[in-house]
Amino acid sequence: MTARVVIVGNGMAGARLAGELHAREGDRKVTVLGAEPHRAYNRIMLSTLLAGRIDEPDVELTEAAGHGVDLRSGVPVTAIDRSAREVRTDDGERIGYDHLVLATGARAVVPPLPGLDPAALPERVVPFRTLDDCRRILATAEGARSALVLGGGLLGLEAARGLAARGLATTVVHPSEHLMERQLDPAASAVLAGTLTGFGITVELGVSATGVAADANGVRLDLADGRSIRADLLVLSCGVRPDTALAQAAGLTVRRGVVVDDRLRTNDRSISAIGDCAEHDGVLTGLVAPAWAQAKVLADVLTGTDPLARYRPRPVVTRLKAAGIDLASMGDAAGGGPGEELTFADPARGTYARLRIRDERLIGAILLGDNPAVGTVIQLFDRGQPVPSDRRALLLGRALGAVGATPAASPALMPDAATVCQCNTVSKGALVRNWRSGARTVDAVVAATRAGTGCGGCRDAVSGIVDWLSQAESVEVTR
Amino acid sequence: MTDGARSATPPGLTPREVATHCPYCALQCGMTLREDDAGVTVLPRQFPTNRGGLCQKGWTAAELLDHPERLTTPLVRDPATGALLPASWDTALERVVAGIRAVQDDAGRDAVAVFGGGGLTNEKAYALGKFARIGLRTRHIDYNGRFCMSSAAAAGMRAFGIDRGLPFPLADLGRADTLLLVGANPAETMPPLVRWLTEQRRNGGQLIVVDPRVTATARQADLHLQPLPGTDLAVANALLHIALTEGWVDRAYVADRTSGFDAVRRGVAAWWPARAEQLSGVPVADLEATARALGTGGRVIILTARGAEQHAKGVDTVTGYVNLALALGLPGRDGSGYGCLTGQGNGQGGREHGQKADQLPGYRRIDDPAAREHVAGVWGVPADELPGPGVPAYQLLDSLGTPGGPRALLVFGSNPVVSAPRAARIEGRLRDLDLLVVADLLLSETAALADVVLPTAQWAEEDGTMTNLEGRVLRRRALRPPPPGVRTDLAIIADLAARLATAETPATQPPAARPPGTEPTSTGPAGTRPEAVAAARFPAAPAAVFAELRRASAGGAADYAGISWDRIDANDGVYWPCPTEDGPDTPRLFADRFATPDGRARFHAVDHRPAAEEVCATYPLHFTTGRVLAQYQSGTQTRRVAALRRAAPEAFVELHPDLATRLGIDDGDPVRVTSRRGEFSAPARLSAGIRPDTVFAPFHYAGAGRANSVTNDAVDPISGMPEFKICAVRVEKA
Repeated sequence: MTARVVIVGNGMAGARLAGELHAREGDRKVTVLGAEPHRAYNRIMLSTLLAGRIDEPDVELTEAAGHGVDLRSGVPVTAIDRSAREVRTDDGERIGYDHLVLATGARAVVPPLPGLDPAALPERVVPFRTLDDCRRILATAEGARSALVLGGGLLGLEAARGLAARGLATTVVHPSEHLMERQLDPAASAVLAGTLTGFGITVELGVSATGVAADANGVRLDLADGRSIRADLLVLSCGVRPDTALAQAAGLTVRRGVVVDDRLRTNDRSISAIGDCAEHDGVLTGLVAPAWAQAKVLADVLTGTDPLARYRPRPVVTRLKAAGIDLASMGDAAGGGPGEELTFADPARGTYARLRIRDERLIGAILLGDNPAVGTVIQLFDRGQPVPSDRRALLLGRALGAVGATPAASPALMPDAATVCQCNTVSKGALVRNWRSGARTVDAVVAATRAGTGCGGCRDAVSGIVDWLSQAESVEVTR
Repeated sequence: MTDGARSATPPGLTPREVATHCPYCALQCGMTLREDDAGVTVLPRQFPTNRGGLCQKGWTAAELLDHPERLTTPLVRDPATGALLPASWDTALERVVAGIRAVQDDAGRDAVAVFGGGGLTNEKAYALGKFARIGLRTRHIDYNGRFCMSSAAAAGMRAFGIDRGLPFPLADLGRADTLLLVGANPAETMPPLVRWLTEQRRNGGQLIVVDPRVTATARQADLHLQPLPGTDLAVANALLHIALTEGWVDRAYVADRTSGFDAVRRGVAAWWPARAEQLSGVPVADLEATARALGTGGRVIILTARGAEQHAKGVDTVTGYVNLALALGLPGRDGSGYGCLTGQGNGQGGREHGQKADQLPGYRRIDDPAAREHVAGVWGVPADELPGPGVPAYQLLDSLGTPGGPRALLVFGSNPVVSAPRAARIEGRLRDLDLLVVADLLLSETAALADVVLPTAQWAEEDGTMTNLEGRVLRRRALRPPPPGVRTDLAIIADLAARLATAETPATQPPAARPPGTEPTSTGPAGTRPEAVAAARFPAAPAAVFAELRRASAGGAADYAGISWDRIDANDGVYWPCPTEDGPDTPRLFADRFATPDGRARFHAVDHRPAAEEVCATYPLHFTTGRVLAQYQSGTQTRRVAALRRAAPEAFVELHPDLATRLGIDDGDPVRVTSRRGEFSAPARLSAGIRPDTVFAPFHYAGAGRANSVTNDAVDPISGMPEFKICAVRVEKA
């Protein structure tokens, strides 16, 4: 049992770990040190906050507090003293640990452009990463009419959608020829660009920025093709970089992130790292799901709940969900190679689907727009389950795969054994027999068979059969 | 005339009719019974709930009145041969009393347990609870409602301070702009209710159904969410997340009428829709459409049923939907609200009057000193003589015949051999008892294991009250007396109480004199002889029991004090609470306040957690159970009705054609379903309406087709509800 756990970082990973530890039995002291002066919040909801649909308290997350958890926000950690097993805070306090967890996250990348000093960004230029960033964007957007977003990745597009929803004329500038090029193929990118254009967002692809000039009245982004775009606000969404400064200074092994093993341990047995700052098996995650999976594994190990717990990365599903945009991308969707390939494209309606299947399993998928089977596709991919034999069910939606409402078949074609009234198990044959025995009205047939007396849903069908019998009879009589 | 509606009666009978209600589900459809020379006929009756509708179960209910398999004499197991042999009532009851005495003398009063049922009338449920507490003086009584609505009951209690399945009349369903059904399949379980759904959609309303299967109900829905079993809570939290981000939360209502929202708001912040989508398989777009329909509709109703409730996290799952309803400002708003579709005929009343391990009549807590004083006063005993709380149904059944567990069990109106989870284990527990007594009208699978079987009257042979899914108290009326050799449950309880009192030594006899200041007991001055005291305490006449129930419930949450049989007759039923005879009843709850001490509804932050048993390489499929239209509960009654047996003769295993292909199974092939707890076999029924990772079977059947042989006995930590709706299984061609 670890007695004193110190968690550096109260973001999505650190707060989650505190909650996981809190939920497990045992006697331990957990100290969470958050650099930001806020309660734990859900970073995923910041684009919704940007869109103005919610207020700041709505992004708060549940915090573990009490029962041995000491949560301190606005307390940046400045150093780790591994030999003394202490961390130092910026106000000089030393806090001892038996086990230290780094959940320091990642910082927004400020691209190396003339006019952008990462230490002193112009007022109208804001990265999009933290709640404070969000506040600054909102403050600047107040009274603004136009916005630029540099970077057409997932977060950049969410920010753009949010700003456009606030009524700002928004332009996305992206150096690659395709939006979200790591997740999308060119066809999907084109459909997505069309969808964004439909929301009044201008998309500039395949052009890099060469410089920024900002003053009190606005910001100008200079482009490699010689053009310049002016706006009231520039949002930077150029990726993130793991925050490894503490680990590096403490002499821990750091490559792109803090290197951890399957137990999330660094090269110091007493120190772990999880979330965006950690590098496991050469991979940085940058998403919430793996960070939370890591928090669970680490809590299991630290508390002894499951000392053998190991972090096993799962395939990643990227989901862009902003008002009017529905995009899921997973696995190796854009690649080639052996296997089946299924595509459906309806660009005019903003819909695109591409599925890659090998050995009856999904190895990648892109679903953009209205794809009713998106939930099924994600689950099959996530769990590695076999795909349906009717592939169209996955590509086009459940309508083909599931049982829909049976259209009222012509009574003449209906087999005698077909059940017309489920509630009272009355077959078409029984209705016909009773009609032939003299029950010549709907009420009489109902009285004799009880068809339609339960839920009442088959009354129309019963009427239809009685009508059909009456007409067939009259035809016979005429003959 | 089709079969089942008539049964033979002696010729020359004067035709007579009685207005009553169906014996089966909680809808309690109004029906008229007519008896003439040709027998007993069921006629539909215009009643505000079923409006003249009946399903096949109701139409054929009278077939059991003169069924050849009906029990008409007590049976006692012959110690020499092990056979159940006919016996006189005197012999049978003396055997019961001797067995109880032997066990209690040896192992204490709690060594005898009572197991009741949600089909018993209010009067019987009340008498059974009283009999356990002051006749047997055991703390061990619980009932099969624990397997039914206990999760919704606990969630309702903690949120609203009261548990009434529907806090509004059923007719409100027909006026709802948006109706969300979570884990409910009324098209099969209570078909006449579907008339309200039809009316709702005819009025332009939107019906949304959450169910892992494309059920008969889901087929009628405008939108069907088909989540993986066990993920309903994540869906609820995601719906509330969306309502928050879209600004559909009724902030004024939350501020004025509730407490605890901030914790819920922070909890659901972690359930962004894409996360719930990956877990449940429900597309984000469908979650959004659902949240929009709930958040922007005028009159909006959210209903849960067993699909959401029969989980080891059932209380939290229901709470998730209650939270959603509260955040949207639904409960107490005209035409809107949250409700639970109660299952058993008297599932509602059965949980209000003292059959539950922790409760006394009037929905009072047995550990509440004031409640104990009140009820003990009505019963004429000192409050400190009332036992404390017992244990929930599964824990009770699971402990039978084990060291320290009860060694004798009396079962009224239940068939746990078929209906309990991990049924083979429960069957073993029952076999290990010193004494098993079963009161039933037919030789159920549980009765077949009994040492003594007591034949009881049927619904058409007794008077009393039932409380339907709306909290509306109804009259059950006798058409005719029980056949010779058959007694009512109330008469059996009265006789047993008297015999036990006689057998008791004066030293341990509960005092006949009532504590000062309490009201007199129900039936006049008590004599001094023990059996006379017992006779006064346990009247066999339902009207006398109801009169006492009214006083016992007075001041409780489920207050029946102002409800008389006459008033029920005059008004198509009376909604509880109804504290005074001349005051109003309560068709709609929560208009002004909730039944909590501060009048506010309480939010509770709830989080998804995995099922108690997850799939693995050995047991790779999810298994879930449910119902079919032509059978009711454990099938003791409906499996013996010819038309119903024809319609649904045996168990089946529903599986997706893709799964069947992979397993080499064709439609109709016998398949074996195996879990860590047991196995059952039934023919395969292929259906594209079920998820390929999930198999389904109805639980109504016994023997080789008993679905509950494989279900999980993990229970909810609050309600004690077993996890019937999800476990891990392997499926093979048998």
